[in-house]
Amino acid sequence: MNEGILKTEKLTHVYSPGTPFEMVAVRDVDIEIRKGEVLGIIGHTGSGKSTLIQHLNALVKPSSGRVLLEGRDINESKESIKEARAKVGLVFQYPEYQLFEETVYKDIAFGPKNMKLPEDEIDRRVREAARFVGVEELLDRSPFDLSGGQKRRAAIAGVIAMMPEVLVLDEPMAGLDPQGREEIMGNILSYHEETGAAIVIVTHSMEEAARYTDRMIVLNHGSVAMEGTPEEVFSRGEELRRIGLATPVMTDVADKLRALGVEVPGTVYTVEQMVTALTALERGRRGA
Amino acid sequence: MLKDITLGQFFPGNTVVHRLDPRTKILLVIIYIAALFVAKSWISYACVLVFLIFAITISKIKLKVMLKGMKPLIFIIVLTAALNLFYGSGEPLVEFWIFKITRDGITRAIFMSARIIMLVMGTFMLTYTTSPIMLTYGLELLLGPLKKLKVPVHELAMVMSMALRLIPTLIEETDKIMSAQKARGAQFDTGNLIEKAKAMLPILVPLFISSFRRADELATAMEARCYHGGEGRTRLNVLKFAVRDYGALSVGVAVLAGVAVLAGFGL
Ligand SMILES: Nc1ncnc2c1ncn2[C@@H]1O[C@H](COP(=O)(O)OP(=O)(O)O)[C@@H](O)[C@H]1O
Ligand SMILES: [Mg+2]
Repeated sequence: MNEGILKTEKLTHVYSPGTPFEMVAVRDVDIEIRKGEVLGIIGHTGSGKSTLIQHLNALVKPSSGRVLLEGRDINESKESIKEARAKVGLVFQYPEYQLFEETVYKDIAFGPKNMKLPEDEIDRRVREAARFVGVEELLDRSPFDLSGGQKRRAAIAGVIAMMPEVLVLDEPMAGLDPQGREEIMGNILSYHEETGAAIVIVTHSMEEAARYTDRMIVLNHGSVAMEGTPEEVFSRGEELRRIGLATPVMTDVADKLRALGVEVPGTVYTVEQMVTALTALERGRRGA
Repeated sequence: MLKDITLGQFFPGNTVVHRLDPRTKILLVIIYIAALFVAKSWISYACVLVFLIFAITISKIKLKVMLKGMKPLIFIIVLTAALNLFYGSGEPLVEFWIFKITRDGITRAIFMSARIIMLVMGTFMLTYTTSPIMLTYGLELLLGPLKKLKVPVHELAMVMSMALRLIPTLIEETDKIMSAQKARGAQFDTGNLIEKAKAMLPILVPLFISSFRRADELATAMEARCYHGGEGRTRLNVLKFAVRDYGALSVGVAVLAGVAVLAGFGL
């Protein structure tokens, strides 16, 4: 198993403590993000996903507990916070709303510039980040003239340009059409494959989690309810439904078929797995 | 954080104070302020204070919340107290350099700071216990007679209620954009004045863009639902004075009258 790079210890976050609006958004969360993995954080709306991930680069301070980057508490000093911001890239939900520069190029360069990198390194990173998300052709355009999907990708490039070792994305596919979703996910995975960076994807879509992640953490009311491979998590369908989530459609189909006496082999949660399983079944039948 | 701003915030509840008609509460605050300015003596301040404490107690607003709201005003209160302390007339009790503290100065300092604190707490009571929607509706009704003078009361109330409604949204949005830019290494608290002003750009541009978009969407949504100003518009929930409103107003008027009478006797 890969070693951990980022870790939380008994992380708790309380919003507006001591007021009538007090809200424990994250409670005693211990999670670990390992080098080079794709981790999914799943949970219903309001389960604390966004709050949790904002701790990972010290944007939000824990009410109690710690966040450790390579074993060091990231809230220890100004330097450690700076380091966390550079090593852990955070893409907010609807990141297109943070675009502000005259050109896409300048907007992508904002992060590397803040890291005080030399001019030529900034240029190299902007072009590379643009390549990862496929916006090379748009670098001289105003970000406000782009389509929704293009804006989203330009904004993600703005974080990728910092070359984070852990790239965290909060519902990166929310509000896009199916093609846009595929494209964005493809971009993120190509960054993952080429650089070996760990990816954390926050979503409430089981389908997406099933397709793209190696490991999943399920949050419920601010606490970790389950943790494991998609296979392990989806085998606990009843529990998932109880906390307001669903199993992927293909898992449901397989379960229903089994209930009808069709022996669907193996675990099934993606369309590809379903095709494989049914093909195997059909072959077996013909062979018999 | 920006979110800690409590000024003008509403704390929902279901106490008598919360259920009072917003017109009653606005009038009560006016009466209360009047009483506060008429009050001249210990005894009349005490009357007004009892009234305030009574209101705070039955509204179940925590004292801590009240005090937290006062925080930004500490400077003004201290300054007022200090100024009054040194500018009293009469026999000096203590004297040093150009300063002299008199009995009169001490009394005045206490009265003036008490007046500011009570003034602010009283108005907080109004906004803490009344939803912005109810507040503007109450104002619109109270200012209704001005329509005869061609004052666009309804439009003003609408603008005000929308502005109030959007303040929390804007604060939330600012917070989000700030976080997003911080995640890209932006720093807002370092450098000289010009650098700091420049650092605001990555926040202001997205904020303006989203505000205009929001305004546009809101206008479209209102037109889609046939909004055409106040003419002929009716309300789902029409405000009506209840017994408790008359009761509360009587108590308020009694306090004001009492304080006025005391003032008449030179107290
Ligand atoms: N800035 C905030 N102030 C107060 N409460 C908040 C804030 N952000 C989130 N919350 C509350 O914390 C809980 C968790 O929210 P969030 O982390 O956004 O969940 P998710 O991303 O899973 O939908 C919610 O109940 C939400 O209302
Ligand atoms: Mg969220």
